Amino acid sequence: MEKKEITVALVGNPNSGKTSLFNALTGLNHKVSNFPGTTVEKKTGSFKLSAEKNAHIIDLPGTYSLYPKSADELVTYEILRNKAETNYPDLVVFIADASNLKRNLLLFTQVADLKVPIVLALNMLDVADRRGIKYDIDKLQEKLKVPVISLNARKKEGIDKLKELLLNDDLRVTAEYFSLQNVNSQLLDDLSKVTDKRNKYAALQYAINASSLISEKAKRLNEIFKHYQFDLIGFQEEEVLTRYKIIDETVKYARLKNVSQLKSSITSKVDKILTHRYYGISIFLVLLLLVFQAMFSWSEYPKDWLEYGLGAFTNYVENTLPAGVLNDLVVHGILAGLTGVLVFLPQIILLFLFIAILEDVGYMARVGFIMDRIMRPFGMNGKSIVPLIGGMACAVPSIMATRSIENKKERLITILVTPLMSCSARLPVYTLLIGMMLEDSAKFGPFNMHGLVLMLMYLIGFFAAILSAWIFKLFIKQKEKTYFILELPGYKVPVFSNLLITIYEKGSAFVFGAGKIIIAVSVILWVIASTGPQANISKIENKYETLLNNNTNDSVKKELQLKMNAEKLEASYAGEFGKLIEPAIRPLGFDWKIGIALLTSLAAREVFVGTMNTIYSVNDDGNNSFSHIKTKMMAEINPRTGKPSYNTATFLSLMIFYAFAMQCMSTIAIVKKETDHIKWPIIQFLYLTALAYGSSFLVFNLFS
Amino acid sequence: MKNLTQLGFGKKAIITKVNGQVLALKLFEMGLLPGEEVELENVAPFGDPIAINLSESKVCLRMQDAACIEIKTID
Repeated sequence: MEKKEITVALVGNPNSGKTSLFNALTGLNHKVSNFPGTTVEKKTGSFKLSAEKNAHIIDLPGTYSLYPKSADELVTYEILRNKAETNYPDLVVFIADASNLKRNLLLFTQVADLKVPIVLALNMLDVADRRGIKYDIDKLQEKLKVPVISLNARKKEGIDKLKELLLNDDLRVTAEYFSLQNVNSQLLDDLSKVTDKRNKYAALQYAINASSLISEKAKRLNEIFKHYQFDLIGFQEEEVLTRYKIIDETVKYARLKNVSQLKSSITSKVDKILTHRYYGISIFLVLLLLVFQAMFSWSEYPKDWLEYGLGAFTNYVENTLPAGVLNDLVVHGILAGLTGVLVFLPQIILLFLFIAILEDVGYMARVGFIMDRIMRPFGMNGKSIVPLIGGMACAVPSIMATRSIENKKERLITILVTPLMSCSARLPVYTLLIGMMLEDSAKFGPFNMHGLVLMLMYLIGFFAAILSAWIFKLFIKQKEKTYFILELPGYKVPVFSNLLITIYEKGSAFVFGAGKIIIAVSVILWVIASTGPQANISKIENKYETLLNNNTNDSVKKELQLKMNAEKLEASYAGEFGKLIEPAIRPLGFDWKIGIALLTSLAAREVFVGTMNTIYSVNDDGNNSFSHIKTKMMAEINPRTGKPSYNTATFLSLMIFYAFAMQCMSTIAIVKKETDHIKWPIIQFLYLTALAYGSSFLVFNLFS
Repeated sequence: MKNLTQLGFGKKAIITKVNGQVLALKLFEMGLLPGEEVELENVAPFGDPIAINLSESKVCLRMQDAACIEIKTID
């Protein structure tokens, strides 16, 4: 019986247009998950090929060869080497950048030699055209002996042709390019036995890759290699050079001659400016500043609308649901917590959008190029800059992005310091605190005071990351040689639909990921904030009952009600807990209410705002708008000192605390997975907490 | 014998040999092969790393790695 679904893997070099092709094939009909046992982002999607046939598509991380040098390249190799793997493809669609065909075909021939059915999809022919490179597709097909098609993934051209090809079972063929005639056949037989692979090339390749690991099998493989005095690196180099020779012949045969080159490439001209020796870094900093300024000014209106809409919705729910515990829980627990965070969605989406554009255009690789020398003394390399900048959106995908860093020590240091970059979850906290600290925002030309203070917070995060990296570098020992070799892809105009898909993915991950935690925390918080030891609560209620009954003046009554709520919150379990930890945080200028928020935001930083919203909403006077909590917090008087609870020193101390502390469950989880050891997240957590506490203490005492 | 670090700004050369075991393999895979024509196109702030134009792509690498690549300049 014919299979109803075929599994197709997209394989190719980085920057060859794989993601564009994936988006063109699946649109929004895809999901992002992890490869089993790893944190590597796995994008899968499916679409209908015909009435009774479906295609299941997997987008594999881009790689230059099947001898993986970094953790992301390893994933691609792992999927392709193991026929028993559930994701093992029925067919590989190899997407190649036609403007750089020679190097792209190196990986193509390696994959084909694993004897997996393969088709070659030539992409970016327009770029090749501009550089005067043209191929005869038929001749290419004749030499390679597998189907070859041309397409333009960015413009969605040639997609139907590819789909037709996927339907045609007769075209599912394998090919062989590289022969192992120079390798001792006895050695190959021995390796085949240990690796359990019939394909000799696959066996040798697996043996080479596995021999560097620590396992029982690796030991045996190394013994065999030693017995035959097999030079592993030497063989790989020879293999690559032999493949290039075969490829050279093919490419020469299929390339059309006498095609005139139009003009010198735009990329060269743009690079002369953007990577300039003297002002390349200044351009980068100005670009960052513009991104932040845009993020704030553009998000103002959508933020106001969301605030207004969510406030109106909360009021509607409060008036519609029958009064009682459920009403209270939904309005003051869940909705209050969610509103506090959802209003920041526009800013977060804009930040993700800008990072996606810089990445898509090809600028991020240039940032790596101009920053490598600066990062080096700190135990990192140019590739670390991408996770660090991404860390301003979210540390979790950024820590995953460190996989492209080949050197283990540099990768580890980058992972350890990335959480110091101010992520989008801190944005709500900073915005709330800056807004309260500086009532008016003075303007300086296009910039305003709020924006500048915020920029300062991001800079503090960056410098803390750099200095911490330097400290970690002193303590982490490693001998592995480090190199930094990075491709600078040609500049491209970003594709609107690709950007939309990225934003949709990141935005929904934020809403659902953070939303779940926030709802859970809000509910727990609401419960412990509205209940407490019965005796104490009753005492307060009794005290105020007589007072309320004896008073007829409405405004006095309202004030009494507020006072009662405040006392009840203080007597609640949450209040008791906050007071329990108050001595520990008093040196930082925090009271027990902030203590509760610090505790709840251990799970995720943005919960701080939701918690403050919930705490000050439990203490309710009937106004549900979000901006109202600012007013309430500002009016708060510290009973111990008789002065306002929040002053400049408290705000600064709080902001510094949130800038440095590691309050994010997801980051802790991802660091454990990526470093493969519980040791690193623990060291990281202790280091960051100590840094946060010490710095907050310093700042509070300096400013008060 | 000249190496890639000695190539002048905007000047072209042919790669003659690539030294360094693991490094050489990585450079081959990135397309820096004996016989390939290279051109020094950009130099990063502080003079390191450098960006090299190959016939069909552009790659950047550190000076210390570039020193492993022997070249023959084209006049």
